[in-house]
Amino acid sequence: MSNPYARLPGWAEYGLIPLVNLVVAFLVAGLVVLLVGESPLEAAYHLINGAFGRGEYIGFTLYYATTFIFTGLAVAVASHAGLFNIGGEGQAYVGGIGVALVCLWLDRIMPWYVVFPLAILGSAAFGALWAFLPGWLQAKRGSHIVITTIMFNFIASSLMVYLLTRVLKPLGSMAPQTRTFEAGGQLPKLDWLLGLFGLDIGNAPFNISFLLALLAAFGCWLLIWRTRLGYEMRVMGHSPSAARYAGIKDARITVIAMMISGGLCGMMALNPIMGEQFRMQLDFVQGAGFVGIAVALMGRSHPAGIIPAAILFGMLYQGGAEIAFEMPTISRDMIVIIQGLVILFAGALENMFRPAIGRIFASVASSRSASSAAKGA
Amino acid sequence: MSDIAIELRGIDKSFGPVHANRNINLVVKKGTIHGIIGENGAGKSTLMSILYGFYQADRGDILVDGRVLTIKDPNAAIASGIGMVHQHFMLVENFTVLENVMLGAEDSPVLNASISKARIELKRLEKEYALEVNPDAIIEELPVGLQQRVEILKALYRKADILILDEPTGVLTPPEADHLFRILEQLKNEGKTIILITHKLREIMAVTDEVSVMRRGEMVATRATDKTSVEELAELMVGRRVLLRVEKGEARPGDVKLSVRNLTVRDGRGVTMVDDVSFDIRAGEIVGIAGVAGNGQSELLEAIAGIRRATGGTVELNGSTVDVTGLADPAELRTRGLAHVPEDRHHVGLVLKFEESENAILGYHRDPAYKKGALLDIAAMRADAEEKIARYDIRPPNPRLKTANFSGGNQQKIVLAREMERNPDVLIIGQPTRGVDVGAIEFIHKRIIEMRDQGKAVLLVSVELDEIRALSDRILVMFAGRVVGERTSDAGEGDLGLLMAGVENRVENRMEAAR
Repeated sequence: MSNPYARLPGWAEYGLIPLVNLVVAFLVAGLVVLLVGESPLEAAYHLINGAFGRGEYIGFTLYYATTFIFTGLAVAVASHAGLFNIGGEGQAYVGGIGVALVCLWLDRIMPWYVVFPLAILGSAAFGALWAFLPGWLQAKRGSHIVITTIMFNFIASSLMVYLLTRVLKPLGSMAPQTRTFEAGGQLPKLDWLLGLFGLDIGNAPFNISFLLALLAAFGCWLLIWRTRLGYEMRVMGHSPSAARYAGIKDARITVIAMMISGGLCGMMALNPIMGEQFRMQLDFVQGAGFVGIAVALMGRSHPAGIIPAAILFGMLYQGGAEIAFEMPTISRDMIVIIQGLVILFAGALENMFRPAIGRIFASVASSRSASSAAKGA
Repeated sequence: MSDIAIELRGIDKSFGPVHANRNINLVVKKGTIHGIIGENGAGKSTLMSILYGFYQADRGDILVDGRVLTIKDPNAAIASGIGMVHQHFMLVENFTVLENVMLGAEDSPVLNASISKARIELKRLEKEYALEVNPDAIIEELPVGLQQRVEILKALYRKADILILDEPTGVLTPPEADHLFRILEQLKNEGKTIILITHKLREIMAVTDEVSVMRRGEMVATRATDKTSVEELAELMVGRRVLLRVEKGEARPGDVKLSVRNLTVRDGRGVTMVDDVSFDIRAGEIVGIAGVAGNGQSELLEAIAGIRRATGGTVELNGSTVDVTGLADPAELRTRGLAHVPEDRHHVGLVLKFEESENAILGYHRDPAYKKGALLDIAAMRADAEEKIARYDIRPPNPRLKTANFSGGNQQKIVLAREMERNPDVLIIGQPTRGVDVGAIEFIHKRIIEMRDQGKAVLLVSVELDEIRALSDRILVMFAGRVVGERTSDAGEGDLGLLMAGVENRVENRMEAAR
């Protein structure tokens, strides 16, 4: 009774409201394009066409989406335990060390299907390690995770600069990156998957880490809604006092949830390192850790929502690059504006249209019950 | 001028799909005390919020002194002479009485003139209505009863002729409540009109002239108080006959199951909340802890349940020690036979956003019965929940429904079912019927007695003295963190009331009266 608009059908809650928010975000973005003096319709065409117009474009969109699924899941897992992990950027960056070490060690002597599982473990272990420290600091020392994870992003950045310029860089090279991996460190593309739909993948780096991302999404769903650990995480996330009452140890859950979150972030590194560049470069994460926050927000921290949200952001990345290419007056910053608007409307203002939609549903429901009552009489 | 202070005609209010007030008609005569009773969620608060301008009615008219008014906000209500004393006081705790009274009613930005004017006016009001308070006392240093008096003064200072009191006795000791009723009588004699909202039938019978009963958003009846009875009002409220007295046989106490010795709890600021408390509870008896809210009962319960660290003392459960001063593990205590129904079901006993079946295992989720391989056995959880739903008549009977969508009574039944069905040796219960409707209260009381008759040791904490008296075999009274007395279940209310008020407190009151 205290929340009169509480009940909406599931499809409206998880389908209609995000869609309305998205449409509004794009309308406002269109206004900005107009302000620049360009045609919003043309921009929209390039955005959609650039993301889905050809097999190659779709490949790029899904390549970006793969990255965002990992970071989105990472933020979601932490948020179910009531933790806001802003450190995805650093955890993914450090996760790259695990991938690179495995590849540098085995790429010449082992096939990819041996290297890949080890690289998965390596990336997850390094990412988890980078999240363990903030988690432990919060659990044992009360240092707030939001602050520490941000600081750990900077530490990760400095650490990687050091490693890539001093330690992992091959002798005689001037580029801050590892050597290029041989065949064992290169993931096969999913050209056959797009081929099923009659699409040609072209040069797109869409690779099998996408399947790993889908698997991770399913695993997260299982973890959160079907395991005891997930249950304890959710109790803590919803109500720390109920968790204490139930005998759930919050220090333990904090550390474990952060490590799972960091592990997922670390696995993101597989996609660019083994799937596209075949080497570890400076700044290969490129803000994906932060995009993960938006993806998790938009996907309501549910894997089934995170996958489409990740594809949406993949589309913005890929289609946005296409707009910048086709319409020179619109710079890449424009894409950042659109992304910002999507985050604003789908994340921060996600409940803006809720009361109105709730009222519409309520009036429809009451008129329907009135008409059925009339029929009954 | 008519002799009707307030008339409501056809008031209707919906929140989305919820029809909170349905075509309400109400006539409140001038110079009377008019009671409004109803269960939680019957629409009393919504109706009063409409009258006080917090909400607008969808349909219907409000007549004050015979004139139709639109009350668009509380300022408009105050301007038409309506004042409200809220259940949770709206006072600035670190301001003085005087500052609180004039807050929002200052004449100019410079306060000096207002202050001296307010002081004179306050003196006059105090004299006229016998509402003595020291105008320079800081609010947070005053006892609750006096804080409430300040709320009343605030309304009178704003020239209220009609006073609405929302559940005013919830926080008061019985003597304080009696004092409040005398003040209300006095106000009535001075020509004020009073609307008293409560769910306590005895209060209605004690002070009102007329009483209106609400049920499920409708006004079902208005009676002259001297022509009705507690039984009739209860039946009107619930819509069926209810048993107001609890049937219970003699207790047959067995071995000591819970033994508390010199338990001391300090809160984060180092304030002693529980001070050297010792008692035993035997199998097959209910020990009630009476006391005004905030005298350490909550902390005592939490310390025994292992969710708050005690600073000293020992607790023995079933003859073995509980590490109350270290890290007692609530999960481990459960396996040792302790069940805990916490006072605050919304934040502690339940996770409101969870499905019913998920809450039905909270705290027992490590039980292997709910595990299948590495995963939770959802089917077993739901079957388990359905069984409890049937046994405790939880409605709606849907284990997949979000817990927030159950009524207060049904939420409480979810917690009780979970804790009682585990067959514990010791059951500790805080506020078993807070925010629970009359029908469910009857059910819950019966279950608690049943637990006792099955030989469980029950520790009961409640701010409802009636409940303590009805259920307990022995009554301990807590005041300022200490157990100040023990009585048998047939102790008189006056006797308990004095204990609850505390000896020192009485001395203080006398000193204040002498001043």
